[in-house]
Amino acid sequence: MSKKLRTRHHKVVLNRSAGGDAGITFLLVILGAFMFLPMLYVIMQSLKPLDELWMFPPRFYVMSPTLGNFGDLFSLMNDSWVPFSRYIFNTVFITACGTFGNLIVASLAAYALAKMKFPGRNFLFQIVVLSLMFHQTVNQLSNFIIMSTLGMVDTYLAIIVPALAGTMGLYLMKQFMESSVADSVLESARLDGASEFRIFLTIAMPMVKPAWLTLLIESFKTLWNTGASIYIHSEELKTFNYAINQVVTAGVQRAGASAAATVVMMIVPITVFVLSQSQIIETMGSSGMKD
Amino acid sequence: MSNNEKKRLVSRKDMTMAQWTWKEMKRNKVAYIMCAPFFLLFFVFTVLPVALSIFFSFTEFNMLEPPKWVGFDNYIHLFLEDDIFVIACKNTLIFAAITGPVSYLMSFLVAWFINELSPKIRAVVTLIFYAPSISGSVYMVWTILFSSDSYGYVNGTLLELNIIDSPIMFFQNADYVMPLCIVVALWTSLGTAFLSFIAGLQTVDRSQYEAGAVDGIKNRWQELWYITLPTMRPQLMFGAVLAITGAFGFGAVVTALCGMPSVDYAAHTIMHHLDDYGGIRFEVGYASAIAVFLFLIMLGCNLVIKKLLSKVGQ
Repeated sequence: MSKKLRTRHHKVVLNRSAGGDAGITFLLVILGAFMFLPMLYVIMQSLKPLDELWMFPPRFYVMSPTLGNFGDLFSLMNDSWVPFSRYIFNTVFITACGTFGNLIVASLAAYALAKMKFPGRNFLFQIVVLSLMFHQTVNQLSNFIIMSTLGMVDTYLAIIVPALAGTMGLYLMKQFMESSVADSVLESARLDGASEFRIFLTIAMPMVKPAWLTLLIESFKTLWNTGASIYIHSEELKTFNYAINQVVTAGVQRAGASAAATVVMMIVPITVFVLSQSQIIETMGSSGMKD
Repeated sequence: MSNNEKKRLVSRKDMTMAQWTWKEMKRNKVAYIMCAPFFLLFFVFTVLPVALSIFFSFTEFNMLEPPKWVGFDNYIHLFLEDDIFVIACKNTLIFAAITGPVSYLMSFLVAWFINELSPKIRAVVTLIFYAPSISGSVYMVWTILFSSDSYGYVNGTLLELNIIDSPIMFFQNADYVMPLCIVVALWTSLGTAFLSFIAGLQTVDRSQYEAGAVDGIKNRWQELWYITLPTMRPQLMFGAVLAITGAFGFGAVVTALCGMPSVDYAAHTIMHHLDDYGGIRFEVGYASAIAVFLFLIMLGCNLVIKKLLSKVGQ
């Protein structure tokens, strides 16, 4: 079906020059190599035995690949004082609550801001954009005061609750609601007596699926990579990212385990991204059919 | 509904502004309910801290004693007496002037280039470009590639080829620090904005392209300028804001690569200056003044870009 669309696209519309196509492909290959090769190197490093990690001259590719580094990493993890399953649980719990919570809370507000004309909406939206430009380090100190007043310091809430109101998510959803949800569709649903919540769920959200998949993946990425936080000091509440970095920062002999840790940390968000991409591809296919 | 609408329009003239607003607010009660959860949290955890920080910027405050009002002293000190701040400003401007526009253009162009590929291939290419920014601290691979001993890939190769005699200390050499950080910044810069461009390009209505061809659009560049870009204005604005915050707020990665302070302050940005005073010395008042200054710069950039984007497609 995608093929049909593409040919149709070419026949009806495009005056694409072969030179332009070639130039673009060339640029993409160069940029793609710049992006991909360091990632490939990380994976190579994680598969190299220790003597290959410290070999002169260094090789890009691994010669005798081994999973030993991952073995080392897992045995290091087993030795830790707090069981590693606890760190994993913390990260998964924080990430799941924060990501889905952010999606719901931000999308609801974005829908209202983009599609309902109520007094104050411009003002509210403008502060959200402004707040994106204020640096977090300074806010952390004020936030610490606020959180200790609310009794949230050293609980999961300290990470999850602020993540729910992630401003980037709201901004993203609002922009997409504005550009991709037609007012006429909403108006006719309103005339049929549908409530705003219903319109939001059944009409607006399906139309901006690519946007909220983007929000999910971004929110996931941020929370998954949550490291040491000034709001959390109990060891049992710390995250996987923090713990795995503690384990592998011990110099030369742990270089292999460290490379393995990087791979472990990156595999999860990449998998989530690939899953969400397959969703996006499906959505694109069906929305392409409509016109 | 339409009857109600008419009645409302007629009666508007008889009302004062305040009455009118109140009526509209009541009519849109559900909008406020939808906004409430977000904005409640947003005010407590974002607006309130920002307001506090702006207040602190006029005080001397070390988190232990209560803040002491000092007026504009922090700002005066910042601009007139702080030599390192001048270096930080210069570095930040160089850094932002390169990484901001380049990452923005790269995100958009790559998204646009791959837009016409088949969905499966597009997904693979998207993954290749997006992977560095999603993979947490994977940028540390650059410290291995450019490691300062002969086991680093770059040094090892250069030594092997007899181009250099002894390993270059890339991340400890003031000449290399800034360019390397810019490269790494660009490497991780195809993030949220990139994804939102891809999604935005997908939602451009294809019938518009067809209509454009009929109206005499000759090539892909005209199509881009007259059709694609104007319809994508919301996403372009979103991407621009992220490019600004990314370019000015890029500090943590530099710290991870070169340490803090970096050698001879060669990659010391306003962000580092801020972290230095806010996170290490606990001079909260002074750090807040730096944050307010950074905020104003970003705000200015935002206004300029808004102006530029309004010219798109004309």
